[in-house]
Amino acid sequence: MPRDIDPPTIQRDFVLKALSEGKRLDGRLPLEMREIELEFGAELGCCQCRLGKTAVLAQVTATIVKPRDDRPYEGFLLINSEISPMASTAYENGRSSEDELLITRMLEKSIRRTEAVDREALCIIAGDKVWQLRLTLHFLSDSGNLLDCASLASMAALRHFRKPEIEVIGDEVIIHSPEERAPVPLSMHHVPLCVTFAYFENLPPILDPTHLEESLCTGTLSITLNAQREICVLSKAGGSALAASEMMGVIRVGVDRVRQMVATVDKALEKDRSIRVIEVR
Amino acid sequence: MSQTIVLPGDRLYLPESSFVTLGPGIASSSRSGNSTSDSLIFIATKLGVLSSVKGKEKARIWVETRSKRYIPAQKDLVIGTIIARHADGYRVDIGSAQMAQLDALAFESATKRSKPNLKIGTLVYGRVTLANRDMDPEIECFDPSTGKSEGFGELKEGLMVECSLQLCRQLLKPKYPLLLALASQVKFEIAIGLNGRIWLKASSVGETIALKRVIAGVNEGKVKVEKDEIVKLVKEYLA
Repeated sequence: MPRDIDPPTIQRDFVLKALSEGKRLDGRLPLEMREIELEFGAELGCCQCRLGKTAVLAQVTATIVKPRDDRPYEGFLLINSEISPMASTAYENGRSSEDELLITRMLEKSIRRTEAVDREALCIIAGDKVWQLRLTLHFLSDSGNLLDCASLASMAALRHFRKPEIEVIGDEVIIHSPEERAPVPLSMHHVPLCVTFAYFENLPPILDPTHLEESLCTGTLSITLNAQREICVLSKAGGSALAASEMMGVIRVGVDRVRQMVATVDKALEKDRSIRVIEVR
Repeated sequence: MSQTIVLPGDRLYLPESSFVTLGPGIASSSRSGNSTSDSLIFIATKLGVLSSVKGKEKARIWVETRSKRYIPAQKDLVIGTIIARHADGYRVDIGSAQMAQLDALAFESATKRSKPNLKIGTLVYGRVTLANRDMDPEIECFDPSTGKSEGFGELKEGLMVECSLQLCRQLLKPKYPLLLALASQVKFEIAIGLNGRIWLKASSVGETIALKRVIAGVNEGKVKVEKDEIVKLVKEYLA
């Protein structure tokens, strides 16, 4: 199985020495994120997010399917998030590594289980026809912190996406093409986003670790928060132990960062809306 | 000379091989089926810009490419990480498809009784001695003609930076302004590997990080290689 070669010892010594002086290799402060770049594609619901050299492309598509018998009013949201070897040589096709599994499950939890998308609003005819949304994530390049980048790309794509306008006359459903009637955005409950902190022994935590920092750290902590200061998911898979008091400080920083991230996404969507032609008339 | 872009398989019209030294990206083969002349034909094997330098006796010609994957070639200076030890040597990752072999005796004044003991994860600077496509590459950490280390061997402290193979080649040109501009601001040691790795060591962590950021910026094409701009950036990063 291909595996990343461990970084040389001097790299580790240097990173630890720099961090103890409060410096990071790319000139960031310990609790500073890399700049978020969002780029929307030609189609609705297509968004590429870049954090430094990490890049994830998210695409949302919608189809009409029959709902489950026990939940006739609910639509579906499926997330496809297989990491291909395109992201890094450490990933392999068809076999998921431990990291990949963690990322996939964390995304599932922070997008689907937090009920970010109102699934009842996806219902067309109860028990017969509902929308099925499919969120496909393409991990283009892994330079650390794939999870935060993927969650940003997903939320931006979901908010960018618009489903075709439909009309129900009796039992018949008419789907209007975008040329006929303007498509409608999804109804969202809230915008949960991930922030990841990396921990090193006897050092304060750092936000948004790069690939090198990720491979050297003793543990990471991922929190999914929304702009309403709610903790949606908290995941700490192994690594060094943490005191409860430390957790509060980290969450406060997280809330602050998530608000900034939501503002960035809002701004990018607003800018895209001003240049994109959606309305028919 | 005007710039010529060549594609793999392109025929190159060069003077007779006795007047030129062929570099990477050019292959020669004898013309078959033509009895009138036994001259060689030259074919490009890489995509890139045909470049040449006039030497003392022979002109040197090669294809300048932009690539990330290092392909070992004899006499290349490389930086590698030791990833395994065995009885008579080490296995070193030099960024190529195969791991390189480093003989335990290929160091300055190494004998069977006393040879350096390098740990896994150590960074070494060496020279490729054997590179062909059917065998693992081999490297050495001394100059066999003098028996001295000549700067090769273990790299202690400092920081390793990864960059494009092209930037590494350019850094080795004596007239390339980047290192001169950096050196006018900060005192540092540097080792440049042709496998896309640079090792840096300045007197403080802050200085090393500033140098690393300038080099990374140049590598991504965000920073122009002009003395004033680089000097300004170093000062900004150090502040």
